[in-house]
Amino acid sequence: MKLWLARRRYLIDFTLLALARRKTRNLGLLLVYTVLVFMLASVTLYSHALRQEAARVLANSPEVIVQRMVAGRHDLIPPGYIEKIGRIRGVQTREARLWGYYYDAVTRANYTFMVPAQGAPAAGEIVVGPALERSRGLAKSNGISFRSYSGKLHTFVVADVLPQASELVSADLVLMSEESFRAFFDYPAGHYTDIALSVANPLEVRNVALKLAAALPDARPILRDEVLRTYASIFDWREGIVLALLSAAILAFGILAWDKASGLSAEEKREIGILKAIGWETGDVIKMKFWEGLLVSLTAFLLGFVAAYVHVFHFAAALFEPVLKGWAVLYPRFQLTPQIDGLQVATLFFFTVVPYAAAVLVPIWKAAITDPDSVMRW
Amino acid sequence: MFILALAGAAFAACFVDAARLRAAAADDANGMAVLVAQLRLTDLALFTEARYTRHPSQADLHSAFQDHPLALEHFPTGSLIGPPAGLTNPVVKVGAGDTATSVAK
Amino acid sequence: MIELHAIRKAFNQGRENELWALDGIDLHIEAQKVTALRGPSGSGKTTLLTLVGCLARPTEGRVRLAGEDISGLPECFLTEIRRRRFGFVFQQFNLIKGLSALDNIILPAYPTGRPRKQLLERAEELLARLKLGHRRAAKVEWLSGGEQQRVAICRALINDPELLIADEPTANLDTHLAKEFMAILEGLAGEGRSILLSSHDPLVTESDVVDRVVEMRDGRIVDER
Repeated sequence: MKLWLARRRYLIDFTLLALARRKTRNLGLLLVYTVLVFMLASVTLYSHALRQEAARVLANSPEVIVQRMVAGRHDLIPPGYIEKIGRIRGVQTREARLWGYYYDAVTRANYTFMVPAQGAPAAGEIVVGPALERSRGLAKSNGISFRSYSGKLHTFVVADVLPQASELVSADLVLMSEESFRAFFDYPAGHYTDIALSVANPLEVRNVALKLAAALPDARPILRDEVLRTYASIFDWREGIVLALLSAAILAFGILAWDKASGLSAEEKREIGILKAIGWETGDVIKMKFWEGLLVSLTAFLLGFVAAYVHVFHFAAALFEPVLKGWAVLYPRFQLTPQIDGLQVATLFFFTVVPYAAAVLVPIWKAAITDPDSVMRW
Repeated sequence: MFILALAGAAFAACFVDAARLRAAAADDANGMAVLVAQLRLTDLALFTEARYTRHPSQADLHSAFQDHPLALEHFPTGSLIGPPAGLTNPVVKVGAGDTATSVAK
Repeated sequence: MIELHAIRKAFNQGRENELWALDGIDLHIEAQKVTALRGPSGSGKTTLLTLVGCLARPTEGRVRLAGEDISGLPECFLTEIRRRRFGFVFQQFNLIKGLSALDNIILPAYPTGRPRKQLLERAEELLARLKLGHRRAAKVEWLSGGEQQRVAICRALINDPELLIADEPTANLDTHLAKEFMAILEGLAGEGRSILLSSHDPLVTESDVVDRVVEMRDGRIVDER
């Protein structure tokens, strides 16, 4: 055992000596490798954390939203419609929602105007989301005017600003009273945007939806499960695209690694021959090269992952911001709560460390089983 | 060797830090959850440029991806959000897709 | 110590460019003697060295080491024998570039797993003996030809082998350095170490240090002195 350990130590010592000899080359390789792991890890960490966050936060959204469809488009809920839903077993509350979009020509941004069901601001007052606070320079008790779609100017007083911590869901919100909302948008009296149903028993949600579809053929029920599923699949799309783009980089790196390894330089082949001639076993040589590959790839993996972690969770994935932002003027500032999926880390590890170690080993294996007497012929 | 040990330590530190941040952010997350419940919110405010990106779950069924369910969007974010599950896999949907199509039939 | 019996060695066997480098060698290499193989290039000296040193196996014939037939052993056993019983000084020295003299010297000892302290002591002892102590930390590519050879000799001796094998040891040295090498050889022979070398340099083969000269030509032994 002691002997085994001593031999292992010597092998690693020599490996490090060997690595140190080609410092720039190995450091360069390490750098490229680290950047690659960093990109992959950033994408997976970010997407995973965002999906988790969405699932957790939106678990509290209404069980069922009922939209009315006219000619295949979302339309207003007319008076009396909500009563038509009638008594469906399992539905605890029926609540008409009022919300809409407003395009602010000043900031060229879209806001979401909304009437909260409870605790609505007094008439003429609004509560704004944090992104609005930033983009319009608003603060509590400031006044702000919006020109409505009918051309009239409406002035509101900012009663409050929603907490920054909730920005991920509230960045662009403008909360106001029902009267203000109806006056601002010339919203017809008795009409609503859609209906939120709360269903106590999650097993009944599907039945409720079926009954709704039967009772109101022009209704489109949106289930919370569907919302959650939407957010579970959100970024799958882009994550796939990013990974597909990155696969080119991975491939390039694979070629690099393969070339480095399979195009084993004459110098390296010679060294392997020398080591064998002076009494190293084929296994020792292969082990040494294995340690070499493992040291490089493991270090790269760890450094890349740590960098990705810091990037995503301490710098709010700053590198991704331009991609995520798109043309949005209001972009929420939020810190994701770190959710690290062990399986994901393991997968990343497997797909970055193992292929490299293998790519290094195969040609070494070929070189290492050559006859040691070749050294005599140089 | 030293670098490797350092990197290993930093790697472990990530998980510790993650736990710490999770604990610290628990209040914020609760606050957000309360807000979502209170305002009956359905979507994240990640992309505000268009209605179907601001509220992907509330968008009109067939307007968001008019050309093809898998076509890239006019807005950059269209490439970020996949089409609703119901468009590519009608069986999954019970309520929404059915009404529109059954009415059409 | 080592007996060779009816040794034949072919390269590229069965192909068009088949070459019998050794063609029927019977030789007994005695312990505690200095044996030199002499002959023109292509006479099979180096090939014979590789067979004796367990770097290669004969195509036909038997190699006996201390009475034991080793010509049929698998590679890993040969490696073990090579490591424990033979030390090599190659014509091109074959030091590993980028490593210091000291690191090169203790390299063959790594697979033995001996404690590092012991190895370093032994290496320092050898360095001091070959007057190389001041160059221990120098990278080998910065050493002169003579110094490189002395490092190679130290490396060959680190595992305290029974037989030192040197292939054309003076081929890359000038007369002065070649004489120095012979002095070192004399010292080693004086300790009773067995030495086998190949050379066509009269400075080596005519030297008094060499106990026995084996003359080779075309893969056969033609003369002996």
